[in-house]
Amino acid sequence: MINIYKTNIPFIKQYKKFYCLSLILILVSIFSLFSKGLNLGIDFKGGTIIEMQFNESLTSDKIRSSLLKQNLGDIKVKEFGNNKTYLAILEKKSGKSNFISNIKTSLEKDLNESINFRRVEMVGPKISKELTEAGIYAVCIALILMLFYIWLRFEWQFSLGAIVALLHDVILTLGTFSIIGFEFNLSIIAAVLTIVGYSMNDTVVIYDRIRENLKKDDTINLTDLINLSVNETLPRTLKTSITTLLALTAIYFFGGEILRGFSFALIWGVIVGTYSSIFIASPLILIFNVKRNWDEVVDNSP
Amino acid sequence: MLHFSKLKIFSIIFVVILGILFFLPNLFTSNLSFLPKKKIVLGLDLQGGSYLLLEVNSKPLFKDKLEAKSFELKKKLRMERISYESFETTESIISFRLNLDNKENILKLLNENNLNESIDETNKELDYQILNDKIIINLSEAYKKRIKKNAMEQSLEIIRSRIDELGTREPTIIAQGEQRILIELPGIKNPKRIKEIIGTTAKLTFRFIADNNAKKTSYEKLQTKNELETYNVQKKLVLSGEHLTDAQPGFDNLNNSSVVNFKLDSFGAKKFAYATKNNIGKRLAIIIDNKVVSAPVVRDAITTGNGQISGSFSVEEANNLAIVLRSGALPAPMSIIEERTVGPDLGQESIDKGIVSLVIGFILVILYIFYNYRIFGLFANISLFINLILLISILTIIEATLTLPGIAGIILTVGMAVDANVLIYERIKEEMAMESNILIAFDNGYKKVLTTLLDANITTLIAAFVLYFIGSGPIKGFAVTLATGIITSLFTTFVLGRMFVSFYIKSKKGQELKI
Repeated sequence: MINIYKTNIPFIKQYKKFYCLSLILILVSIFSLFSKGLNLGIDFKGGTIIEMQFNESLTSDKIRSSLLKQNLGDIKVKEFGNNKTYLAILEKKSGKSNFISNIKTSLEKDLNESINFRRVEMVGPKISKELTEAGIYAVCIALILMLFYIWLRFEWQFSLGAIVALLHDVILTLGTFSIIGFEFNLSIIAAVLTIVGYSMNDTVVIYDRIRENLKKDDTINLTDLINLSVNETLPRTLKTSITTLLALTAIYFFGGEILRGFSFALIWGVIVGTYSSIFIASPLILIFNVKRNWDEVVDNSP
Repeated sequence: MLHFSKLKIFSIIFVVILGILFFLPNLFTSNLSFLPKKKIVLGLDLQGGSYLLLEVNSKPLFKDKLEAKSFELKKKLRMERISYESFETTESIISFRLNLDNKENILKLLNENNLNESIDETNKELDYQILNDKIIINLSEAYKKRIKKNAMEQSLEIIRSRIDELGTREPTIIAQGEQRILIELPGIKNPKRIKEIIGTTAKLTFRFIADNNAKKTSYEKLQTKNELETYNVQKKLVLSGEHLTDAQPGFDNLNNSSVVNFKLDSFGAKKFAYATKNNIGKRLAIIIDNKVVSAPVVRDAITTGNGQISGSFSVEEANNLAIVLRSGALPAPMSIIEERTVGPDLGQESIDKGIVSLVIGFILVILYIFYNYRIFGLFANISLFINLILLISILTIIEATLTLPGIAGIILTVGMAVDANVLIYERIKEEMAMESNILIAFDNGYKKVLTTLLDANITTLIAAFVLYFIGSGPIKGFAVTLATGIITSLFTTFVLGRMFVSFYIKSKKGQELKI
């Protein structure tokens, strides 16, 4: 077998170093998830979000202290986009029909200004519980279905390798959200699932090449074979990641405040997903010691 | 892989043209009759509007039904001369002590008489349990389910008629599960009024104010709307809101305030006439949802069946009250358990930002691909562009809702659609290093990459499907665009792109080619 590319980076020989690195990152993530936890948004915690726009610049503190007079539980206010727009996150939620309009009237009276409520989201406790459950189900079901598909198409070693890589990605993404303290809401769940799909996609491409090479040649030692496969697919892996990142960076910078967390999760996920396909998923095939005698007849004629 | 029959070429071009035709209405409105008119449906987060999820609270209904049963039961027990002790009705159970000699009689009563509409085991309305000499009775689960179902059906109908009266543009009002109603109101700026109208149960009763020397158990204390005054109101009803046939907002010139005029049906009119004739000088309280709206003194017998509710309303309040009274009372109170409202200005801003980031992302990707693959990059870019058009036209045809995460999904698809091209071209590069015949190298490249392409895209499709079935609202929108994008990108890169490439290399037969 010839390698047409100049690259012959010994990814697989070095795998222990990267496993150590990943292990440390995973431990840090898990530690943060347990100690600090996720900054859950109202989708999962219940509560009310109001994006309000003023005619004049105010400070978040002023808005917050005015809202505090209304007995709405824990209140966070932050600037959102330009300086006249603020996002208020209230702990309180209510099934009463005049809940929001009362907040608006009191706030306008207190600050003596007319306010535009651009966006209001209120999630009651029942719904937040259901959304949390649905989110967890979604991620688990997606993982199981994908693994089942990989198991159908490949040997079990690949399936197991893929799940380890995916768990790695999911944990690191959750950990990053925990450490940075970005709000974790429904769209982040969608992002996590997309990352799962993307990372799986990446892993499958490399696995496909490993399988192909396994069929072609059963004399070369497994470490070299996997390394060759990773190197052969490396241009594709990098180019695809770069184009996806280019598109995502555009959303991050120009897509507005609402999509920022979502695109951040995707950008991080693409980086982690690419890393894990090369450094985590591929060496696992070596560790699990995939079978070498593939009985299929390979047609090598052009 | 590089041979395309005439029929195939024709079909591919046909699909692309069809896609462009269905895409066009999204750019401008035309009067040409042969062009499709459908535009892509924008989600509430993009066009602005309100999403409300309501829950019917059936608990008070159960309580009412149980009270009615308890009243009936006592009557029966007395009629049958069965003795009982410490009879008690709580929110969810009726209990009393009985003489064990009477056990048979009581069970007969519970099972056979009209306390139960049906004696069929599965349709029983009451369940009972006997502990020593104590009997505990509660509503059966089947009966509760029936009550819930009826309440839900009625509520849905009433909510529909109330919202229709407000003349909202294309509202969606559907039942969700056993006790929830989902309302989507596109384009609405402030759902305050709608929320007030659907949040009002509108249970109307007319009851006299109790005399000073009335028995304590015969009246209850009720507050006025502003919670400043309290009245002692008789528990006995003169009339309830069911007998209203019409309610209209009006204006009382005398007091210079808005009022609601109502009409009663013939039964109601008779009852009203009788009650007012015999109680001239007394105060008649008009009570809505357990709040006294007004308590005018009866001056004359009202025999026409027409009446007026005044209660220092604003014009809007009078309008709202007329609407809710006309539609009838909700069988049970409803509460809003989820609300998502986006103002139209924010929606427009999101669309603008979405389009800007789409264009920028697209240009970046195109430049990068062109830089990497030159002429073949150009083919990839043309298929990428057509991919975008096909994606939007399919979303238009299947009437999928485009949401903000959906736009992000499109941009993500742009990034990922490139993957197929990259996979193919990189593979062809490898093949070209091993095979001097360019046609064969290209052919092999396409052949060998197909399994990888399918495996990789099916895994992403799985994620999209799960998101679609489990996610809600905007997330569904994201899932639909992602799934559609995967399918269109497979077509544009593997079929359309391959066709371009095949034409090109055939025209360059024999010449040196470089990817």
